[in-house]
Amino acid sequence: MSSESINPVCGVETPVDHGGESGQRVKEHIVEIVSDSGEGAQTAGQTFGSISAKMGNGVWTVELIPAEIEPPTRSLNGASGNRIRVGSGPVTNAGDKADTVIGFNEQVLYSRIDAGAFRPGTRIFLENKWADDPQPVIRKAYATALADFQERGFDVVEVPMEKECLRFVENPKRGKNIWVVGLLCCLYNRDLDLVRKEITTKFQRKGEKIINMNLTLFEAGYKWARENLDQFYVIPANPDKTPRVVMNGNQAIAMGCMAAGMELCSMYPITPATSVSHYLAQHFKKVGGFVHQAEDEIAAIGFAVGASYAGKTAVTVTSGPGLALKTEFLGLAVMAEVPLVVVDVQRGGPSTGLPTKVEQSDLMAVLFGSPGDAPKIVMAPSSIEECFHFMITARKLAETFRGPVFVLSDANLATGVQPFPRPELSEDWIAPPIDRGTWDANVSPYQWDEETGVSARPVPGQRDGNYVLTGLGHDDKSKVAYQSNINQKTIGLRSKKLASLQKTLKPPEVYGGDSGQLLVIGWGSTRGAIEEAVDYMRADGQLVSSAHLQFLSPLQPGIAEICARFDKVITVEINYSDADTNGLGDQPQRRYAQLATILRAATLVDIDCWSRVPGSPLQPEAIRETMMQHLETLGGVKCSV
Amino acid sequence: MFGLKSDWVLEPKPRSFVKEDYDAGQAKWCPGCGDFAVLNAIQRLCRDQQLLPENTCFVSGIGCSSRFPHYMKTYGFHGLHGRAFPVACGIRSRRPDLNLFVATGDGDCCSIGAGHWIHGLRYNMKMVVMLFDNNIYGLTKKQTSPTSPKGTFSNTHPDGSFMSPMNPITVSLGITNTSFLAQTVDWNPPHLYATLKAAFEHDGTAFVRIMQRCPHFTPDNYTPYQNDPSKVLLMTHENGIQGGEAVEKTFKTQVVHDPTDRPGAFELAINHDVLPIGLFYRNPNAERYDNYSSVGADMSPADKVEAIDTLMDHYVV
Repeated sequence: MSSESINPVCGVETPVDHGGESGQRVKEHIVEIVSDSGEGAQTAGQTFGSISAKMGNGVWTVELIPAEIEPPTRSLNGASGNRIRVGSGPVTNAGDKADTVIGFNEQVLYSRIDAGAFRPGTRIFLENKWADDPQPVIRKAYATALADFQERGFDVVEVPMEKECLRFVENPKRGKNIWVVGLLCCLYNRDLDLVRKEITTKFQRKGEKIINMNLTLFEAGYKWARENLDQFYVIPANPDKTPRVVMNGNQAIAMGCMAAGMELCSMYPITPATSVSHYLAQHFKKVGGFVHQAEDEIAAIGFAVGASYAGKTAVTVTSGPGLALKTEFLGLAVMAEVPLVVVDVQRGGPSTGLPTKVEQSDLMAVLFGSPGDAPKIVMAPSSIEECFHFMITARKLAETFRGPVFVLSDANLATGVQPFPRPELSEDWIAPPIDRGTWDANVSPYQWDEETGVSARPVPGQRDGNYVLTGLGHDDKSKVAYQSNINQKTIGLRSKKLASLQKTLKPPEVYGGDSGQLLVIGWGSTRGAIEEAVDYMRADGQLVSSAHLQFLSPLQPGIAEICARFDKVITVEINYSDADTNGLGDQPQRRYAQLATILRAATLVDIDCWSRVPGSPLQPEAIRETMMQHLETLGGVKCSV
Repeated sequence: MFGLKSDWVLEPKPRSFVKEDYDAGQAKWCPGCGDFAVLNAIQRLCRDQQLLPENTCFVSGIGCSSRFPHYMKTYGFHGLHGRAFPVACGIRSRRPDLNLFVATGDGDCCSIGAGHWIHGLRYNMKMVVMLFDNNIYGLTKKQTSPTSPKGTFSNTHPDGSFMSPMNPITVSLGITNTSFLAQTVDWNPPHLYATLKAAFEHDGTAFVRIMQRCPHFTPDNYTPYQNDPSKVLLMTHENGIQGGEAVEKTFKTQVVHDPTDRPGAFELAINHDVLPIGLFYRNPNAERYDNYSSVGADMSPADKVEAIDTLMDHYVV
């Protein structure tokens, strides 16, 4: 790599000599770029991540986003940027502590220190212009932080980012990020042709002048690093021949909506779900679809329900507070059996909570949020690839089982970027045109199959199929019915649909050994971190395994049987639970994590849990520590022979 | 192939419909309820327009009048309290082929569904919206509604309601892109029918406030107008509602009102000495949201797959 000569825009003419085998070979590195909001750290991170993916590295990137658009500068809460984990093999999560950090100022780094993102030895490239700031307060803050960073054991390299940029541009605020990409690409020996192409594409719409300015800044950053740094890295890549795509979870959901043949996304803006509709708004028309931005969350789902009733199965995309508002319509979709796909990109709660941060605490609300008995299908993708494919499954299930299907994503998947094999699209995934044929007048609009609860659905336009959908109790002809025997029967039939689906599901796969001391059960975005922790522990000879649930309602079969093969079972989740010793010592009153509560009820197994609400993805290391503690309570750590 | 659509059906003999073909049987409203008159008018309209029952859909919220779809032998959607507008808009968004009607009450539309009412009128999708205004919550047994006259004795205001009523017409007149606003009464079938017919023929959302008698909870609210038709102000115009001779004979208090005159409509609507009926406002050229939302509804699966494939290519590394 990087054996080609560099474009001599700023005088860098020779290839960099540290590349190839002479840099330090590492299996993986975690890089963070942190700045004030609006300084372009996210663009820098995405560019670096994208280049690495294109080189064949495994990549996981995650955005660090403040809730405000332009929060005060140089503040802990204003930190904005990206974490990019680059590896030789596949990377499934954001990992533990950062190896390399770019800080545009020292204060924003404190938010990352708070999040436990750094370790002693983490190398921080820090903008040093603050040392000479005209304001004494800022000079002092910088000096204090610098001393503090050194005390914490960070390896701080002061970098004159702004000063270097000013040699090429008048306003370094615009372009410092690309200079930083240059530094990183030198540090990690990235393919220069790829970078140039990436930058050219990125600024295509802004014209040649801007492209050239950014190429200049990039190469200046590259050159500075080559001349001033003494340690460089090589992360070997395995260029894969099979075509891969790189996108984030929300883009994957948007692509999934289209590939699933849905024609309508009805939404109301809410973080962190909205970017699904941004992408759709840009491209949906190319596939004959439409994004409806409704007047509120209730109207958003109502509009989707209307379209679905009329034969155009729709999707609505929301997050916790929006979900709360949608519950009445969800109940109607269950009661009147209207197919509907609901994407909940979970964030921290309750209430407005942590709008941009990850949590997995909507599970109970999704399962039980609607008054009355309202069984729904709930799935949780655990990777970017699943974000895409689950949308197709969700629409199929919604149509087949005639009701709402949830796809429970979260803020971690929403902004997480990961390459995956390019999906082969199928016409079978696309909804057929509306059936305007005649409905068999002898078939009622809810002619439930007694065995499965499933029934066929007439759609407006079908002759002799006309019926009046109602949220009131109704019989198979959709006639309002309050009789006790009918209510008991129809609620039973709607519930039966879940049981029928469950019959078709496979037990969850066990990752690691089939049996052992400790089993960790997870769901959603935590999969990569949990399995990485399991790998690490098993490499150490410990008998730990994990299982990740893709279906949360109905639950996949065989969970109790899997649990029985382990001495202890815990769930690992990003939601709240009381610690084992909650201070008051009232064990029976302990509040368990959400999946743990569900599994305890469903399996009667004494399933324990470890869950946290840090507003950030769980780190593999923290999961490892938890596993170790549980192994110790089991009477010490056993090792396989 | 050969320009034939997949939904093309050979009809051996032309279908024709009588009024009973739209009648789903005994409606369960109280004897004397004004809703019966509206149901009758609508069934006549369906017959006169020979609407295909399978291509006709009635959407409602919750309340006495929202039972309306159950009494029509067409498709229907009896949904949630206040949410008829979003459902109807969702149906319309991708189905320009359906005849769409909304039945909503004064509590349903003007209280719990007020947000959707504003935006529904602004979207201006093609549909007829019938506001059954009886000034009271009926189905939940006599609570004050936003249109209850001040001093209404109800179960929530046993000493009389505190506030003056909201006027659905002035509110609707203020909504950007409102395109058809009419008012009629349930006790004059020719005017009711003529108004609903004009609403059906309108190219957008036609909002019709129907003064509807509730013999049970507000029996006296409209009796002054029934007993003395001169208290009703008939708005006439060559572009207005053409009620016919009988209507003009009954309602002798008349005013010529040009339905393009929005400020004039407002003046008439706030005059509470008389009850104006007829067409307040019409703008046949208002933008229609459904013209945007339905684009691409007929795209073929093969074309879609091809387009998605192209989009997917942007992500390939």
